[in-house]
Formats: sequence, C-alpha cells, structure tokens
Amino acid sequence: MDHTSTLEKLIRGVLITLVVIFFMFPIVWIFLMSFQTNESILRIPPSVVFTPTVENYVALVTGQMKTAAGSLQLNFMQNLWNSVLLSSASVVIALILGVPAAYAFARFKFRLGEDIAFTLLSFRFAPPLLVLLPLSLYFKTLGLTNTYVGLIWVYQLICLPLILWIVRGYFEDLSPDIEHAHRIAGYSWFQTFRKISIPLALPGIAAAGLLAFIFAWNNFVFALVLASADKQPVTVGALAFVTASGIQYGQIAAAIIFSIVPTFVLAMFAQRYLVEGLSLGAVKG
Amino acid sequence: MSQLSLRSLSKSFGTFTVFDKLDLDAETGEIVVIFGGSGTGKTILLRLIAGVEEPTAGTISIAGEDAADIAPEHRGVGMAFQNFALFPHMSAAENIASPLRAMHATEDKVAAGVAKAAKLLKIDHVLGHAPRELSNGQKQRTALARALAAEPRILLLDDPLRNVDAKLRFEMRLELPRLLRQSGATVLYVTQDYKEAMALADRIAVLAGGKFVQIATPEDIYLRPATLGVARLFGDPSINTLDTAIATDGASVNVAGKPLSIARDYKAHAGKPVTFGVRPEAVSLATSGMTAEVMAVTPLNERVVLLLTAEGGWELLASLPSTAKVPEPGSTVHLAFAAEGTHLFDKATGERLHG
Repeated sequence: MDHTSTLEKLIRGVLITLVVIFFMFPIVWIFLMSFQTNESILRIPPSVVFTPTVENYVALVTGQMKTAAGSLQLNFMQNLWNSVLLSSASVVIALILGVPAAYAFARFKFRLGEDIAFTLLSFRFAPPLLVLLPLSLYFKTLGLTNTYVGLIWVYQLICLPLILWIVRGYFEDLSPDIEHAHRIAGYSWFQTFRKISIPLALPGIAAAGLLAFIFAWNNFVFALVLASADKQPVTVGALAFVTASGIQYGQIAAAIIFSIVPTFVLAMFAQRYLVEGLSLGAVKG
Repeated sequence: MSQLSLRSLSKSFGTFTVFDKLDLDAETGEIVVIFGGSGTGKTILLRLIAGVEEPTAGTISIAGEDAADIAPEHRGVGMAFQNFALFPHMSAAENIASPLRAMHATEDKVAAGVAKAAKLLKIDHVLGHAPRELSNGQKQRTALARALAAEPRILLLDDPLRNVDAKLRFEMRLELPRLLRQSGATVLYVTQDYKEAMALADRIAVLAGGKFVQIATPEDIYLRPATLGVARLFGDPSINTLDTAIATDGASVNVAGKPLSIARDYKAHAGKPVTFGVRPEAVSLATSGMTAEVMAVTPLNERVVLLLTAEGGWELLASLPSTAKVPEPGSTVHLAFAAEGTHLFDKATGERLHG
C-alpha cells in the first residue's frame, strides 16, 4: 500500500514543518508577547527567555491600564462583548433572511431574480467608506448612530451577500427530485424545506455562517464611523492601546489573544459540523 | 369513471413543445406502460401527474376530480424516480416510513407498514443502512418500497430498472407484475425497453413526436402496430422494411420488378407507394419463391439470425428457431413470409394500411 520512499517522506515532513512555522509564527509570537512587559518586548536583541507575567491580562479584565504617564481607563471587556453581540446577532439575522432567500434564488425563476441577486452581491464591491458618509448622515437623522440596531443593520452589508451566495450554491447542488419525492410522500412545501433542504445544505450554511462571522468580527471601518466608545467592537477598541506615552504592545498582544478566542471556538465547533455534514448518509438518520 | 384520466394534456418550455394534447385513461389496478425513446417527455408526464410540475394546457383528473388545484402531497400518488431520489440523511427504514409519517400514522402502524414493504421487496436486512451504503439494486427497491408504503391510489414508476444490473433487472421484470397487482394501484410505468413494456403492461401507450401514437395491449402493439415507427420500436431484431408500391390487383407488392403476393387484400389502396414491413420471425426458408443469398449467420439466444440479400439488393434479417436447419453463408435460399408478421405502411404517413 505504502509506495512512498524515505526521501519523499522526509521532504514532505520538512515542507509541512515550514508551512506550519510560517503560519503559526505570528500567533505564537503574539502569545509569548502577551505574557511580557513592554520593556522585555522592546529589549534588543529580542529573546524567548523571559519571566512571564499576567499583568497584561489583569489590566484588560480590570480595565485599569498602567502606563509610564499614569493610570488609564480601559473599555476592553465591553469592546469584546460588543464584538460578540454585533457579530453573532448580525450572522443570526443574516441567516434568517439569507437562507430562505438563497433557496428562492436557487429554486425559482422569477422576474428580475438574477438582477436582485447580483445587486446584493455588488454591496461587496463598493468601498465601504463611499457608503459610510451618506449613511452616517441618514443614521443621525434616524437616531441610529451609536446603537446596536444600527450597527447590526449595517453589518448586513457584510453578512447577507456572503450567506446568500454561498448557500444558494449548496441549494442548487441538491437534486430537486429529492424535494419532489418528499412532497409526493405527503409533506407540504414548508415541511420539505425544513426537513430536506435545510439539513442537506447544512454544511454550506455552517460554512457561510462561520465566514460571515469572521468578516463581521474583523470589520473596522463601519464601527469606527458609526459607533462611539461604549458600542465599539475590539477592532476599534484596540486603538486605545496607542497612548500618549507609547504603544502598549503587551496589552495589544493579550487583547488579540482574547479576541481570537470566540472565532477560534466557533471555527472548532463549525469544523466538526462541516466534517459531519460532508459524511452525510454515513451517519444514521 | 377512470382512476386517472388525462385530457388534451400539453407541456411546453418556451417555444419548445414536449408533447401536445395527450389523452389517456387508466382504470383502477391497471398497469399502463408509457413507452418511448429518450427525450420524448415520459418523465415530464409523470411529474405533471405527481403535481411537481404544471401542465401548459389540459386537465389531469384523479378519481374523477380535477387535480389542477391539488398539491402534490394531497394527490395520493406514489412515485419512484429513475435516480431513486432517496433522502440521503435518513436510513432506508426512515425513507420508507416517510409517507406513513406524513399521514400521522401511529408508531405501530409505521413499523408494520415499513416491515411489510421491506419484506415484499426483500430489503429487510438493510433497513438500518443509510442510502449511501446500499447497492444500486437495494436503493431501487428502497425507492419502490417508499412509493408503495402508503398504498397510493396511483403509482408512478419512472424507469425504475434503468440503473440496475442486468440480473436484477431480469428478476424484477418477473417479480414486478405480481407486486404491482398486489398493490391494487393504478400504475403508470415509464420505460424505453420494449421487453420490459411487453412483460409488465396491461396496455402500452407509445409516446413519440409529442403524441400517443398508439395505446393498446402488448399483443396488439406487436401484431398490429399503428405505424411503421411503432413497428420499428417493438421487436429485436427490428422489422425489415422495403419501399415499394401495391400492384394494381391489390394483392401483391413489387419486389425487384417481380410481384410478391401478400396474404391480405389491399384493393382499396392499389397503386399506392408503401413501405413493406416483415418481421424477421415471419421470414422462413421455403422450397420455392423469392431467392436470397445468405450473407451471415448469427446465433442469438434460442434463435439464429440470418443476414440475407434478396433479389434487387434488398437486405433483410430472418430470425429462425435454432432447431431449424441453418444454411451455410454464401448459399442461396428461397424465402416465404408469414402473413401475421407482414404489414404495409403508407409511405407518406407511416400509418399501417388495413387490408
């Protein structure tokens, strides 16, 4: 069965190691930074040997940042909570709106259908800043500036097209005969949608949801313009670490580790789900 | 009142007409085979009856009731798809149970229904398996069991033996008639295999060129084909043809300048250009009559097929019982044509002439 020579195995091992080092290095480095003080980070030459400290994490959790110029208030935990709330609410709403829409675009031919689908996709082409200026004026008039509702609404520009187009592809790949068979077996259109179409497209829905979550989480410019301190997500909140007395590298590193965690956990969970979805049919129904 | 009746049923996609003004009646318990080549719209016809697609014009009545406004789930039909269309995320048992569950049957009834259908189709041992773990034959049986489980009034079977191996197809061809009779349903069975059609049908409806060319019993279709096209579709090897004309006496046709007498009297059509058709089984070797040279001899199952070149260069096939004395290739033989396998078709319309 095994035809690979020792040399091939060796080369493969070296290449895989290189790739892993290339991608993991920044994350590992940041992880190490998060346990160091600013002094030891900026030491020349840099060293991996240091006395670890948790003061960066303590500063984030307590909200008290000690700098050379004195103590500063930090909003980081609030920012983290904002990120979680904005991203998950946006994805949930985008899924509720996007999945049925994707099904409609995949299954039914209707007037202007393709045009509507393409218009929704084109939201992704426009430079966000171009949209933001008029939008911020409208939001002021509507009283939506600096509200969760307003931000979640704007986040649909990121999430909805993504979910719509990815999930549509998955629905199109489903044989309509399977749905027809379920209808003929005696189920209504909605029951078929719920029991056949959704479960069979679930790997796609999970992938689209995860991707939309990551895009929403990483968004910077919408929240920068439309939200002030108490509604800002971590991406904007990180600006607070650039202080008058210097950049707080250690706390930035700790903040990054904190902000990776939710996406990481979700990715782990979704990945298991994706694999399960791909082996559909092997699992007992 | 027919269980199922179609009246001037038409379907077109844009300017492309699949079929036009189809009429068909099927009685309770009757097996009607819809026969036709690929692309003739057989599958679309079944989809229209199931209600998953809508006709362009015409009506479908089920038990005397216009089905136009009845949703597919309320039509009381069962359907087996050519590609099986099993639910991939449910076990074979759950697949079969789905129509029963849709009727809100009790767990006992569901279990009993599944067991009955599975036993009938001999798939009891794979009920716990997911569709992807089943062989094609088992998938096909599961799809059939699912269609049968709720004991529908109308059973639509879309070429169910298309994707199964030859051995199973042969077995199923023997089993299906009994199974379908037991179900008591009106069966519409789509196929493009003429042997399957002959084996299963009470009546065969031949779909060609967007019309039912002939709707008749298998015997009628074979012995009294309505058109040359139908005659060509049924029979293997297919019917021999020769373009000629009816002589003025109405009792013979012209073959290579000589009259060949035909058993029936076609006086009304005297002089008409026709296509003379003779089934290979109706050709026999004789001591006198038309001469032909034997070009090749092919043993085929219980029969021997001869390729002959008759007078005037007419190439034809003769299918003889293998018990007959078979001539050597290159030898010259005389031919006789049995009346019941000999037909005359109008050259212009292709319709069979009645003598």
